[in-house]
Amino acid sequence: MRTLGALHSVLAFAASSLTDRSIRWPTWLEWQRVLFLQDYNTRVVMLGTMLLGLAAGMVGSFTLLRRRALMGDALSHATLPGVGLAFLIAPSLGLAEKSLPVLLTGAALSGIAGVVAILYVRNLTRLKEDAALGIVLSVFFGAGIAILSIAQQSVGHSAGLESFIYGKPASMIESDRLLIGCTGILSLLIMGSLFKELTLLCFDEGFAKSRGYPVLLLDLVLMGLVVIVTIIGLQAVGLVLMIALLVIPAAASRFWTQNLKQMILISAAIGGAGGFLGAAMSALFRNLPAGAMIVLVCSALFFVSMMFGTERGVVVRALRRRDLNRSVDHQHLLRGMFELQESRGPKAGIPFSELQTLRSWSSHRLLSEIERCRRRGLVFRDSGQHLSLTSSGMVEASRLVHEHRLWELYLITHADVAPGRVDQSADAIEHVLEPELIAQLEELLLQKRRVQGIAPSPHPVDATEHVS
Amino acid sequence: MIPSIVQPSNSLLPLSVRDLTVAWYRKPVIWDVGLDVSPGQLVGVIGPNGAGKSTFLKAIMDLVPRASGRIEIFGQSYKRSRHRVGYVPQRESVDWDFPVSVLDVVTMGLYGKIGWCMPVRRKHREAAQQALERVGIGEFAHRQISQLSGGQQQRTFLARALVQDADLYLMDEPFAAVDAATEKAIVQILREMKQAGKTAIVIHHDLHTVPEYFDSVVLLNMRVVASGPTDVVFTRENLEKTYGGRLTLLDEATEAMRRRERTL
Repeated sequence: MRTLGALHSVLAFAASSLTDRSIRWPTWLEWQRVLFLQDYNTRVVMLGTMLLGLAAGMVGSFTLLRRRALMGDALSHATLPGVGLAFLIAPSLGLAEKSLPVLLTGAALSGIAGVVAILYVRNLTRLKEDAALGIVLSVFFGAGIAILSIAQQSVGHSAGLESFIYGKPASMIESDRLLIGCTGILSLLIMGSLFKELTLLCFDEGFAKSRGYPVLLLDLVLMGLVVIVTIIGLQAVGLVLMIALLVIPAAASRFWTQNLKQMILISAAIGGAGGFLGAAMSALFRNLPAGAMIVLVCSALFFVSMMFGTERGVVVRALRRRDLNRSVDHQHLLRGMFELQESRGPKAGIPFSELQTLRSWSSHRLLSEIERCRRRGLVFRDSGQHLSLTSSGMVEASRLVHEHRLWELYLITHADVAPGRVDQSADAIEHVLEPELIAQLEELLLQKRRVQGIAPSPHPVDATEHVS
Repeated sequence: MIPSIVQPSNSLLPLSVRDLTVAWYRKPVIWDVGLDVSPGQLVGVIGPNGAGKSTFLKAIMDLVPRASGRIEIFGQSYKRSRHRVGYVPQRESVDWDFPVSVLDVVTMGLYGKIGWCMPVRRKHREAAQQALERVGIGEFAHRQISQLSGGQQQRTFLARALVQDADLYLMDEPFAAVDAATEKAIVQILREMKQAGKTAIVIHHDLHTVPEYFDSVVLLNMRVVASGPTDVVFTRENLEKTYGGRLTLLDEATEAMRRRERTL
């Protein structure tokens, strides 16, 4: 097994001989070498961090849904004292002080101790989980820093230990990638076989308990997965930034889907892409640390998801809201015109100004709605700028008015809304009425009253003569 | 003294509770509750907020640790008769934004039958679909649960319990804030259950509908105020005892214990 320090110094030498401390734009040849995975070292690192991202994305989906996202953060910070202690103790056990398995075992043990400490603080005191997390996270991290500095003063070759804090994927070698790959596959297998049970745990803990599932054990399995992923991620992104890989891909994937399996796959893809591209950026721009680049690429992907996610992205939701507003305007315009024509006879055109006083809409908003209706052939504008409904506009408007009045009738007869206020109340709800509901309303009201065609308006706003 | 709904004719009652006391962090929530329920009964559990109704149901299923008492379900411990009990938790107890479909939620009721690590098969999905048809929302099977109305959410939970084909159902406020159609559907299901000889214990809030829906009632306010057939027990006097006159002494004792607990 190699030692961290030797590689570290070799790489530091290589880096300093290539460039000084400045960051420069890579040449075409460098782009080619990195992106087509021609360079052996870069390839190992990029594939390794990609696998890490995949595993973290999958595990992170469940912890996010279990609302334990920050537990991963506390856990990763709690690994630091373990790293330092393992380094100090290893020689007395006859092991190489910087052998990776020893250091990672130490990290895992102290990480688990951290989680246990959180559970104890929460259960034994009246403190809430967030306070327990904050305390344990900072105490363990502080202790870790102290132990590291003791290690640096007492034992000679401790250089490289601090790479666990911020990560140093460049020091990754083939066997590390294998380790990450195997762990990724292991966590995939565990999650695949316990998919049902973990879903139930995250969705409805009480029901799971009532069905006899060992909820505590399932939680421990989930935390165990987080421990594994965190430990293998220490080298690549470091303990400070590890939480990003556990949270960001999972949170980003929520914008794309409402299906749990898809969410896990998308989260894995985002994590994998973040790992791959982040390591590539770091290889291209020699002085940018890989851990930070991985996190930045992930957050860029998160931002894209947040904006353009097809399920809950900002843009999609804005479009949906716009569509709703437009359909509300559409209904208001056609209904308003119908009622005006109802009172003054179908032949007379309606001046724009009169329409504007119907509702508190801006003239711009009203004009664009009129334009949309005109394009769909529902509204006709004569030479005198007066507006009237076309015959197909009349059909559509009759339907809308009919539904509106049905709803008003329902509110008056069944919900005790005062006739004077019914127009407003009906307005607020009817835009979300579904066809089944309309059918029910018709059955309920029209059969009883033997009204045919369009029901008359139940409140005295307009004359009640109606077109059939 | 054991208030009993019907005198036990055999030992295999759906539910038999003796001296049940439950405490949250040593603050007593229910005191010394005893109850026998015979098969084919629809039992309403009634009482003010904080009377320990939910805790009572949870204690039956060993979801909360009990300070004392013995509970038998069909003559056995809950652990052994778990497969014969269906549970409908409060609707608010879960996150309805969770990324699963209605059918997924209903199949959760079958996970115990399917077994650890085994995939959900078509026959399970068909059973879940049937349960959804029974509660009248079969057409919503593939909707995301975030798109359901409150009544539809409640029916989904009911379907998840129905799909287990249990003999004793424990329901935590299935009628809370649901539309009239859902209420009707749930009542219909309850009657079908009764006809099939099943037993349901239902936490209920709406006092007006109690005589119509339930054969017997349990009036609960930290202890059982009264229990028995609805037409005998559901009286103004008993209701006043349950809701009106707080048990001042019990309250004070509880409060004192909690204060002491805080300083420990």
